[in-house]
Amino acid sequence: MLNATTAEVIPSRVKRQSELAAVARRLSKNPSAIIGFVVAVFLVLIAIFAPLIAPYPYDKQDLMNSRKPPSPQHIFGTDELGRDVFSRVIWGSRFSLTVGVLAVLLGSGVGVIFGALAGYFGGLIDDLVMRLMDILQSIPDILLAITISVALGPGFFNTLLALSVGGIPMACRLMRAGILGIRKQEYLEAATAINASTLRIIIRHVLPNAFAPVLVSATMMIGHIILGAAMLSFIGLGVQPPTPEWGSMIAGGRSLIRSCPWMVTFPGIFIMLAVLALNMFGDGLRDALDPKLKK
Amino acid sequence: MSRYVLRRLVQLIPVVLGVTILIFTIMYFIPGDPVRLMLGPEATLADIEAKRQQLGLNDPYFMRLGKFLRDVFLRFDFGKSWVYNVPVTTELLHRLPRTLIIAVVCILLQILVGIPLGIVAAINHNRWGDRVAMFVALFGISMPNFWIALMLVLFFSVQLGWLPPYGIGGIQYYILPCIANAFPGIATQARQTRSSMLEVIRSDYITTARAKGMSEFQVIFKHALPNALLPVITVIGNGMGRLLAGTVVIESIFSIPGVGMYLVGGINTRDYNVVQSSVIFLAIAFTLIMLLVDLMYAVIDPRIKAQFAAKKRRKRHA
Amino acid sequence: MALTNSAFLSVRDLVVEYTAEDQVIHAVNGVSFDLERGKTLGLVGETGAGKTSIAKAIMRILPDPPARIRSGEIYLDGEDLLKLSEKEMRKIRGRKVSMIFQDPMTALNPIMKVGAQISEVIRLHNKVTGREARERTVLMLERVGIPGDRADDYPHQFSGGMKQRVVIAMALACNPELLIADEPTTALDVTIQAQVLEMINKLKSDFNTSMIMISHNLGVVAEVCDDLAVVYAGEIVELGSKEAVFDRPAHPYTRGLFGAVPKLYDDRERLSPILGLPPDPSNLPQGCHFSPRCPYATDPCRNDKIPLREIEPGHFSRCIQVIRPEG
Repeated sequence: MLNATTAEVIPSRVKRQSELAAVARRLSKNPSAIIGFVVAVFLVLIAIFAPLIAPYPYDKQDLMNSRKPPSPQHIFGTDELGRDVFSRVIWGSRFSLTVGVLAVLLGSGVGVIFGALAGYFGGLIDDLVMRLMDILQSIPDILLAITISVALGPGFFNTLLALSVGGIPMACRLMRAGILGIRKQEYLEAATAINASTLRIIIRHVLPNAFAPVLVSATMMIGHIILGAAMLSFIGLGVQPPTPEWGSMIAGGRSLIRSCPWMVTFPGIFIMLAVLALNMFGDGLRDALDPKLKK
Repeated sequence: MSRYVLRRLVQLIPVVLGVTILIFTIMYFIPGDPVRLMLGPEATLADIEAKRQQLGLNDPYFMRLGKFLRDVFLRFDFGKSWVYNVPVTTELLHRLPRTLIIAVVCILLQILVGIPLGIVAAINHNRWGDRVAMFVALFGISMPNFWIALMLVLFFSVQLGWLPPYGIGGIQYYILPCIANAFPGIATQARQTRSSMLEVIRSDYITTARAKGMSEFQVIFKHALPNALLPVITVIGNGMGRLLAGTVVIESIFSIPGVGMYLVGGINTRDYNVVQSSVIFLAIAFTLIMLLVDLMYAVIDPRIKAQFAAKKRRKRHA
Repeated sequence: MALTNSAFLSVRDLVVEYTAEDQVIHAVNGVSFDLERGKTLGLVGETGAGKTSIAKAIMRILPDPPARIRSGEIYLDGEDLLKLSEKEMRKIRGRKVSMIFQDPMTALNPIMKVGAQISEVIRLHNKVTGREARERTVLMLERVGIPGDRADDYPHQFSGGMKQRVVIAMALACNPELLIADEPTTALDVTIQAQVLEMINKLKSDFNTSMIMISHNLGVVAEVCDDLAVVYAGEIVELGSKEAVFDRPAHPYTRGLFGAVPKLYDDRERLSPILGLPPDPSNLPQGCHFSPRCPYATDPCRNDKIPLREIEPGHFSRCIQVIRPEG
């Protein structure tokens, strides 16, 4: 970058900072991105402060007051065992948000490692890794999650594992592509010293450049995983009552849908809010990082 | 061209094998004793041991894998249900049509509703038509399909009584399931089509077309649209994966006896062979569909066709 | 040349703005020039000077958001193009006025056969049968040096140079009276450049087409053009015949351009570029747009709006320091 009057070169660190500032500025002008961000933060706060916000413990049964419609004592009504739906929905946010973020981190982390191995070593290792990714991608990710979930059983950790596998191929390919790109450039310059400096180059060049699309796709992935977690719980895998989870709450309310529609409606609204907020923010992030799309 | 098809089919084999082995292996490592869970707490050790022997669960991994692969690929036999002792293959084949109907209808809905929506949004870029359509689409991809299904049932069956909430029989039984399953797909398709169109409209050849004196309508439909739809085709293929997985839940909610419901039944009864076979069955179906989509892409896009025709033809001097 | 009213093409005080994210970019700031029938005008300047915007404004194919023609008149054969309806303008595009774009790699629809794309423009403006259009297409292809039987090939089957010829064939298919060529050879190899230029020249003389040639390459401009307009920051800073401008450049920017070109016979060790960078089009200097970089700038240069003045017959300059053109 040249300064117009003095033609000095501005260091790339400063350039990146001003790029970040530009991205943040564009984001702040996007109303739906802001709304998405605010709602997402709001849900995170609800999850963190659940014990303070929820009026009742999530597993407190009150058989005298079961199946009651929304009322001042129970804003979202009660379920078939008299548990307060509102409290359970609030507590349920903990599971969904945590599993969403952790599964993305885990899946991306493993994927990045695989991609790095494939890109760095090339040859047979690259072939093997890519075949594995092909196989993984040939199974619709929800079916894969179901299979792993059936094999491992219900529970938080098992569900986390089951849901993270789907994210591995994408992260792997992105990372591998980044490394291959860098390697190609290096070959043109100096054939020697490539092994010694590649790790630094990966950290200093590949990661920052790949960061933007990865961030966008990660944000959308969290929403996707929240939906997947709900689906798993809905069909009896994932986490089950008394642990509050939005999907299993909907499953529980399904047979009572005629008499107690609130049991199904409210958890679903919250799933929608969480995923919608993340998608709105993700969309805004993508538009802010690629200004060409604005015009 | 037929060489290309053959080559792709051959490339498919290791993938299909890999998928089968992967799923088999995952299911192999189930902790705890599946037979014990299946037979319940009253079963005696002798019963459990007998059952294990019968199901061949005492054999080592490679032997079981080998048997399974041989049965599935050479004899097309997925074995028997552990719980009901009924051949799985017959059940799968019997149920497949219902799952397919839903999947096909959903894909059609996705194409016939999602694509025009995306085009309209792209043409009205940043005006209210675009914003409204995209907002609705955003909602569509944010709601779990089973919740949409239940809300639809709540509204159309319980409140209005227009449509039946479960079962099969006539067309009316398929309406709600298909809408529920297709909703997220339509939304994704609209978003995808819109961004593809927006990108194409910015291309140089669109400016060239305008410079020739074509009306905007002609420019969009003769030049922009065909180019924009190319990447959309691959999205349709991926969408099928979502749909197939989605039918699992949708069939459960609407009690439609298809492959999905079979799978859920297997999960609930811990009938692991049913679970394993259904997943593999669906995965193979998905792989075949993706192949079809790839082939279609090759047929339609002259650039890809050329890659394979040029190998045989003498290179023309340019 | 003179700024008369009897010319074939007459652009008067054209102003084009782009609005992007609350900023207004002044791309074209009051450009005026004439072009006589059969002649070629070169628009020379750096990237971003506004040349393409001028060209697209004439054809009225500027992307409507974000670009807008603020004011001005463009008279083609007596008619003000800016006052025509879109429907009338469509009859002119491709038929009376044609454009060749810069990048041949992306100018053609990749999934449509080349012949079909040429036939399309023929059928748009002429009532011909499919067969007749096809015959004319093959004829046009042969005219640009492409075998007629390649009409059924797709763009990716051609090299860059041949693609550009297809684009030229498409542009000339309806015998336009005005051809606008936007850097037609920039994306091509040097050897192909020569071929394409030669072909353009020949076609031009065959059909007596008037042409506007946009380029930042002075060599190309010298080959092909009769008159020259030097564009800087959305304004014409010098205007005249090729000989006048090349032999007696009358604006510091023009002189800087010539000076920046390395010459074979010149025994210099360093290139002499023009110091500094082009101004930000959303924040143009108040007076002469070139004043921040000009070695001769004075206060009147920086503060007053400088008009285009005729310094010798047919030769105009927007510089108040140049009283007499130097040799």
